[in-house]
Amino acid sequence: MTAATLLPYDEVLERFDPVLGLEVHVELNTRTKMFCGCVNEFGGEPNTHVCPTCLGLPGALPVVNGKAVESAIRIGLALNCTIAEWCRFARKNYFYPDMPKNFQTSQYDEPIAYDGYLDVMLDDGEVFRVGIERAHMEEDTGKSVHVGGATGRIHGAEHSLLDYNRAGVPLIEIVTKPIEGAGARAPEVARAYVTALRELMLALGVSDVRMDQGSMRCDANVSLRPKGQQEFGTRTETKNVNSLRSVERAVRYEMQRQAAVLAGGGTVVQETRHFQEADGTTSPGRPKETSEDYRYFPEPDLVPVAPSREWVEELRKTLPEPPWKRRKRIQEEWQLTDEELRDLFNTGAVDLVAATVDAGAPVDEARSWWVQFLTQQANARGVELADLAITPKQVARVIELIAEGKLTNKLGRQVVEAVLDGEGEPDEVIEARGLKVVSDDAELSRIVDEALAAQPDVVEKIRGGKVQAAGAIVGAVMKATRGQADAKRVRELVLERCK
Amino acid sequence: MSTISRDEVAHLAKLARLAVTEEELDLFAGQLDVILDAVAKVSEVATDDVPPTSHAVPLTNVFREDEVRPGLTQDEALSGAPAAEDGRFRVPRILGEEQ
Repeated sequence: MTAATLLPYDEVLERFDPVLGLEVHVELNTRTKMFCGCVNEFGGEPNTHVCPTCLGLPGALPVVNGKAVESAIRIGLALNCTIAEWCRFARKNYFYPDMPKNFQTSQYDEPIAYDGYLDVMLDDGEVFRVGIERAHMEEDTGKSVHVGGATGRIHGAEHSLLDYNRAGVPLIEIVTKPIEGAGARAPEVARAYVTALRELMLALGVSDVRMDQGSMRCDANVSLRPKGQQEFGTRTETKNVNSLRSVERAVRYEMQRQAAVLAGGGTVVQETRHFQEADGTTSPGRPKETSEDYRYFPEPDLVPVAPSREWVEELRKTLPEPPWKRRKRIQEEWQLTDEELRDLFNTGAVDLVAATVDAGAPVDEARSWWVQFLTQQANARGVELADLAITPKQVARVIELIAEGKLTNKLGRQVVEAVLDGEGEPDEVIEARGLKVVSDDAELSRIVDEALAAQPDVVEKIRGGKVQAAGAIVGAVMKATRGQADAKRVRELVLERCK
Repeated sequence: MSTISRDEVAHLAKLARLAVTEEELDLFAGQLDVILDAVAKVSEVATDDVPPTSHAVPLTNVFREDEVRPGLTQDEALSGAPAAEDGRFRVPRILGEEQ
């Protein structure tokens, strides 16, 4: 495949104005599927979370999961939407084996929530309002494996294998209104929006929103229009955008690719494109059927959903603080710079830090442990920060022990690693490994004296004014104490003796 | 009176993955016209105060508790499938027909 021609980003902006539309799918974390009692769980042996309903077997009838409707309403309210007084499900008909029924149960012209907005905070603290067109309920599809062909992709495959464990998992599709006026910041706005949406879902507790596992997926519609023109240009829809960073990259790439097409006198083809994580490009995907071709009609097997206003108001009381307000509050309360705030949210550490602070640790220490050392550990171990085998309470305990001088920072890291390896509570690790700071000055002085006696030449250097030579002695003492001495105190003792 | 064209029948047949002959296009176009005309009769009596309905029973909010119920085993799930492989349903290749 030949790489597309791209227009330099500055030139794109000189000539064109980008318009975005983002469609985000969020899998709900209900215990069961949308229309049947099958377990809603990621993975599992193929076709073991299935029943006659989600396999579309003759005679099986769907029944709506009430908890999923509740989550949909809460999401709608959190997005400042109007909640429909009455709405229905609809059949979206298509021939593609990812749904064994040959249709997907979705909502068409009667979404449960519509006409809202989400305020998102950009990197410099500016708040940008993204309009929400609608949020509707539907079900997820099964997963295909394509066999044969060179690449394992759908093109050239001999046949496909289907696992319907995911078919019927409750899904909420959130569609923005056209996002205009973002200009150069369009890619950043796209990322900030998806980030804010992710934070909101976490705060609502309605989804795991793991982009890596597909429980949150983003399709990015991008179009360009010549500057000054009102009418929208032809758009492309980029799928397979599986990380927050990819959202930004995909939008930027499409802006540059489309601009090059338009600048060269060509026309943009309205199509679905695939984002390639490896090189950050997009490539044409399968031709899309038009909305009419889906032959939507009201689902005759399900009765309408008519949420009472009392129920809606009850649910409104359960809403969390909006993401950008929470960011502002945390920045003020914890006195963070913009950069510190960004790291805190980008590493996904904010709730863990808050819990560590609640467990008694000072903010700066708690933040430093989670954003730096523990984030490194999570990366090295290939898990999400929140899935590390350590609790905020345990981290707070290690911080406390360091503050009391019972552990050095270095020992603290050893203790934390041991906790992550499953060696028990911090205090148990310290006991079992015999880790403690040699804080007894008499004991430490004896070890320092031994080290000095062993290296008289170094002592001469220090006495001669070469203070940096003290490092050799400090190193020897730290080795003798297996790292359990406070290096700063050791240095003091060394220098005192070499006066 | 609705008139459905041969092209529209051909398009519908393609969406429904039905092989329809040239003669059948004319036959079905005529038959579909009769059906659409019959349905159109309903619109004549439906006024603004008669809301469209999608369900015979006037019920709303029929919900299920979010409780797991046992489903099928993998063997049971695949027992009706014409072909299976690696615990999955095996289907003919998906793309290719459009190109």
